[in-house]
Amino acid sequence: MMKHLLLAATAMTLTMGAAQAETLRWARSGDALTLDPHAQNEGPTLAMMQQMMEPLVLRNPAGELEGALATSWTVNPENPDIWTFTLREGVTFHDGAAFTAEDVVFSMERALSENSDMKGLISSVASVEANGDYEVIVTTKGPNPLLPASLPNILMIDKDWAEANSTVDVQDVEGGEETFASQNVNGTGPYMLVSREADVKTEMTRFDGYWGIDEFPMAYSDIVYTPIQNPSTRIAALLSGEVDFIQDVPVQDLQRVEDSDELKIMSSPQNRVIFFGMNVSDELVNGNPEGGNPLADVRVRQAMNMALNRDAIRQVVMRGQSIPAGVIMPPFVSGWTEELNTVPATDLDAARALMAEAGWTDGFSIQLDCPNDRYVNDEAICQATVGMMAQIGITVNLNAQPKAQHFPVVNGLESDFYMMGWGVPSYDSEYIFNFLYHTKGDLYGTWNGTRYSNPQIDEMTQAIAAEVDLEARDATIAQMWDIVKEDVVYLPVHHQMLNWAMRNEVGAAVDADDQVKVKYFTID
Amino acid sequence: MLAYIIRRVAQSILVLLITGFVAFSMFSFVGDPIENMLGQERTQADVDRLRGQLGLDQPFVVQYGKFLQQAAQGNFGLSYRQGREVSAILAERLPATLELAFVSGLLALGGGIGFGILTAIRKRGFSSNAIMTLSLVGVSLPTFLIGILLIFLFSVELGWLPSFGRGEVVDLGWWTTGFLTVSGLKALVLPAITLGLYQMTLIMRLVRTEMLEVLRMDYIRFARARGLRERSINFRHALRNTLVPVITITGLQLGSIIAFAIITETVFQWPGVGLLFINAVQFVDIPVMAAYLMMISVMFVGINLIVDLLYFAIDPRLRVDGKSGGH
Repeated sequence: MMKHLLLAATAMTLTMGAAQAETLRWARSGDALTLDPHAQNEGPTLAMMQQMMEPLVLRNPAGELEGALATSWTVNPENPDIWTFTLREGVTFHDGAAFTAEDVVFSMERALSENSDMKGLISSVASVEANGDYEVIVTTKGPNPLLPASLPNILMIDKDWAEANSTVDVQDVEGGEETFASQNVNGTGPYMLVSREADVKTEMTRFDGYWGIDEFPMAYSDIVYTPIQNPSTRIAALLSGEVDFIQDVPVQDLQRVEDSDELKIMSSPQNRVIFFGMNVSDELVNGNPEGGNPLADVRVRQAMNMALNRDAIRQVVMRGQSIPAGVIMPPFVSGWTEELNTVPATDLDAARALMAEAGWTDGFSIQLDCPNDRYVNDEAICQATVGMMAQIGITVNLNAQPKAQHFPVVNGLESDFYMMGWGVPSYDSEYIFNFLYHTKGDLYGTWNGTRYSNPQIDEMTQAIAAEVDLEARDATIAQMWDIVKEDVVYLPVHHQMLNWAMRNEVGAAVDADDQVKVKYFTID
Repeated sequence: MLAYIIRRVAQSILVLLITGFVAFSMFSFVGDPIENMLGQERTQADVDRLRGQLGLDQPFVVQYGKFLQQAAQGNFGLSYRQGREVSAILAERLPATLELAFVSGLLALGGGIGFGILTAIRKRGFSSNAIMTLSLVGVSLPTFLIGILLIFLFSVELGWLPSFGRGEVVDLGWWTTGFLTVSGLKALVLPAITLGLYQMTLIMRLVRTEMLEVLRMDYIRFARARGLRERSINFRHALRNTLVPVITITGLQLGSIIAFAIITETVFQWPGVGLLFINAVQFVDIPVMAAYLMMISVMFVGINLIVDLLYFAIDPRLRVDGKSGGH
């Protein structure tokens, strides 16, 4: 007891000191795959890199765009293809070099290069030029009102550093060469890399020359990042006090964390909606039942939409950790309305009536393809769905497999009924139409496994991409949502909830994209 | 002798080639690495380009041929997941697995022989019964469950031992060791018990049965009749004769301790090759999977080769070249 008091007293005196050493021990399920900012467009990789490198524009924990390395940006009123970004002055990289426009040009061009995994995010960019040291002119291939929103994951590195270490090109996995940038960092971010052992531990320390050191809380002086793959071990490490903060908390363990006096949970709706896609073409992959493809009939899809009991899934499968969805769009995406998200009432009689009307009184059978290692309780959601569909006569055969096998089936158009989840990094509806509703092709509709092809939607999708009049654009988007909602192209299930668990004193800033930004963290 | 060795080595190489062939034929069923390697915004053109670059559009036989060609030059390629050289990653991860296997092996051997003797000598004692019952638990509970139970008991409830990782390691340049630091040693305890428990019960039961068998032999009875001390009978006469099969089994089990460290490593986030392999399977990291499987098969084939050569040294019948009809 005495010892505890003493410890508490010491801790208190310590927290009173101004720049005391506080380490954030952070764990999540996976490690960053690389430190090269343009090599992997993947969640945990970006989350780690965001501590050490910065974009021109970032998304703060509230989901708003905030100037990071750029202080302001404007589009040329005469020519909507030309954007001017004014850069922050007095910013230095970790090695002391000054951050200037040539670094932006270099990093953007690197992100646009062939081996870059980021080029899809900024595919609208035609060229990037420096205008003096602190101004960058970005020219787009056509008007793109959302350009700033596409930049938060495009991180900046030093041109001279990259050249000096011959790491100008993004790694080409086939080339057989390791690159310097995949193991080393020279960014402008709030934390510097101290050491890294892939899949084991990464240590970072506060960068004292950070431009925003007085502007942001930056309560932690050091960060130790450890991937802990097994969910039970991850929770155990938090409960035993070996780590301070974990992501990817399994829903079944939330209660256990809440029961602890020293720990807390912080939640937020996640930027990820879970839904089912259906083959709406005339032909099912495994052959049509007599009478054609039932899923091509909108009444059947409506019936399925009614039979899907999202509340039951929420309560039983998700233990309350989801928000039932009526539209495949996360709540903070522009274009979202309460009305669109209205979930159809679970009405089995009406659903059966619709099935009968469509000529499927006796139902039909279909295979449901489902991942089992991608989304929260993905396989369990599918299992629940099997039972719900059986109530209206649809016999569903569940085929759950790892994501590495599931997604090739969906994208290869070999599935008639599948589960998918979607996050919207641009926070704009266009992103959803572009990838999920547009007719599947090489550039558009790349994740549309439904065979849905509506020329009107295709045309509108391409039109809103270049629409500069934001009011007209919003009106078109609203119209598009009405069309696809009526067509019941997808069966929305729910919006996933994001849960971070941590020790009581950690003042985390939960972020809908699951992107940790430690500079916003406080110590309470 | 030489002809025998050459024949054995040739057979081993053939086994390796077949293992590799089977492994490569299976990779296409694990999934498609492209989905993991490219971001959500990739276009079909990106997918096709990468598939072509990696040679994944070719039949697996061609991929296997390419792998063999490069492996023969000591080049195992780059990991799809980490973008680093596979040989470097394996070299970095191997010490963790070998140290864990070594400690679990010692534990299994020491504990197994000790408890085996105890339960054989005091056939009906309370402690023997308790140990035998507990050993049933060790055999029947799955490894991951034992690991989780140990973590919750010793890390969460008691706070004595770490729940994950290797603790502080000392880098010797070509080897990283956890043997030289307190936290490294502490970190070894739970994973080593988890991994070694099954082997320990196996050896214990083997020793017990063998020992009971030996204790019934005439020469033991005569030794008793000669008035030798009980300790000398048990340890000098009985134990020695018990150990022959134990050593054979231990040798064979060593390989499986390394190979089956996968589950233990996943539970304890132990940064060894088993965890690496699991990650590789989830990501469909073909170069890492291929190199790992080849490494494990080289190890198993190597152990068997040594065992065969030892038999050759022990069993005179095998020395008659070509005339023995095999065994």
